[in-house]
Amino acid sequence: MDEVVATAKQVLEIDSHTINFGPQHPAAHGVLRLILEMDGEVIERADPHIGLLHRGTEKLIEYKSYMQAVPYFDRLDYVSPMACEHAFALATEKLLGIEAPERAQWIRVMFAELTRVLNHLLSVGSFALDCGALTPGLWGYEEREKLLTFHEAASGARFHSNYFRPGGVAKDLPAGMEGEIAEWCETFPDFVDRVERLLTGNRIWKQRVVDIGIVSAADALSWGFSGPNLRASGVAWDLRRAQPYDKYAEVEFDVAIGKHGDCYDRYLVRIAEMRESVKIVKQALGKMKPGPVKVQDPKFSPPKRALMKHSMEALIHHFKLYTEGYHVPAGATYTVVEAPKGEFGVYLVADGTNRPYRCKIRPTGFANLQALSEMAKGHMLADAVAILGSIDVVFGEIDR
Amino acid sequence: MAEEAAVSAPEVPVDAEMEVLARLPGVLNVTREHGQVVARVEASALLALCVTLREKFGFAQVMDICGVDWPERAARFEVVYNLLSVTRNARLRVIVGVAEGVAVPSVSGIWKAATWWEREVWDLFGVAFDGLADHRRIVTDYGFEGHPLRKDFPLTGYVEVRYDEERKQVVYENVRLTQEFRNFDFLSPWEGMTTLPGDEKAHG
Repeated sequence: MDEVVATAKQVLEIDSHTINFGPQHPAAHGVLRLILEMDGEVIERADPHIGLLHRGTEKLIEYKSYMQAVPYFDRLDYVSPMACEHAFALATEKLLGIEAPERAQWIRVMFAELTRVLNHLLSVGSFALDCGALTPGLWGYEEREKLLTFHEAASGARFHSNYFRPGGVAKDLPAGMEGEIAEWCETFPDFVDRVERLLTGNRIWKQRVVDIGIVSAADALSWGFSGPNLRASGVAWDLRRAQPYDKYAEVEFDVAIGKHGDCYDRYLVRIAEMRESVKIVKQALGKMKPGPVKVQDPKFSPPKRALMKHSMEALIHHFKLYTEGYHVPAGATYTVVEAPKGEFGVYLVADGTNRPYRCKIRPTGFANLQALSEMAKGHMLADAVAILGSIDVVFGEIDR
Repeated sequence: MAEEAAVSAPEVPVDAEMEVLARLPGVLNVTREHGQVVARVEASALLALCVTLREKFGFAQVMDICGVDWPERAARFEVVYNLLSVTRNARLRVIVGVAEGVAVPSVSGIWKAATWWEREVWDLFGVAFDGLADHRRIVTDYGFEGHPLRKDFPLTGYVEVRYDEERKQVVYENVRLTQEFRNFDFLSPWEGMTTLPGDEKAHG
């Protein structure tokens, strides 16, 4: 065969092309479908297609009593289930005009913070995994398992806990659990140190995340950012501090903020928040006193099983609560909590019956993901993965 | 006392400011519901009002836009804007009533975040937004018909999908319920909360 010799030089022009990223891509964090318009290796436009996990949660809740609606919230942000329940419980309490007892509020604060750690462990772990670091993710899963044990001990379920109820929590902590959590509080900061030793100063990690996906404070506000993503851009805004709910007004903690609003700062803010969460958990354990864990009103809280064996009244209350549920006076409220990912809100409209008339769920990731196109513009394809990891999205809540 | 002060913080804007809000053009009324300030406004004045709220009142963020369906009202849909000011630590809820088939001016030019929220309201309620650059559906399936969060849209929907082993693909079919849809009404007739069907006279 004759050798082919190139006689003329050829100029190759790379025109723009479109890449379909996901919905089955491991770095798509679930079911994100991303249409990327590329110019060579550079992203010109990113168009996220969401809704592949849409289950119609808001519609389903309209057909359920208030108590039956709680488990749907576990299935929204399944990485931090209790934070979502928290918003709904507070919204319902506000409309009912009831307040959870002291102990219940402390338990909720404590579990909200454990949930935050639970979320950030996965968030940082999978973010690192997206950028090629396997170890923090594996360690994170191991550490998460300890927290899920607490979830299971308190509520009976590892993830779909159905623990925060309107009027308090489902049941009191099992005996000895406070000690176990206190023990965990002592060991956990060392774990964060270990993760930091792997990542924070790591040259490869910094090359992947520093100065990637920069969002200015003004942009972050305009995009409706909240939580760690907003704070990483330098806005010191934390609902636990600014608009405290439950017992957050009585705990001391620092609000970590970033300077540059890049992926690295978002990572650092989450690391710092884990340390602050441990502080809050310790304070909650210290301030918790024995007492009731749900509102002492049989119209809202189910009676104890033992009581039902000899009290007709209790039996009737139990029956009414689990069939009809309670009636919520007409009104509307937009109640928010500082969920691990940001502002998680419930806009609850009641019409005086036993079911919500409308229950709009304000997911945190929805607003954050919307900015992806602008954040990824001009970056390389691999950076889109880093940005996606850094904004911490979970499609259970985005798609609802 | 310090605790109480902290708890009451979200209740700004104070009443004096509510009066200022109520005097803005296009504002129908300003009320306080469960400690949250609610302004009902006319759709025609929405854009100018939102600019004022952002520039003069510091509401730099729209945290949420959602629809509510009230089929028995003339202005069937409510579009609800939940605004937040991080500088003043205040929230404001702006509500616009709109009849079916009437478009609401889009605020996506004022707050960038509004684009997806408005797409969602369009998708779920069928309220169109005038001036919204990207008017595609967002959470429902490709090619979906209807607006699922309207009260007259059935919970079970109209279409279901399954994987067809013979055709080796996912196929769309009309929903077939093996058991009639059951929607239990647990409202107690003794509570006096509602008027039962056929019993309208008793409650006037």
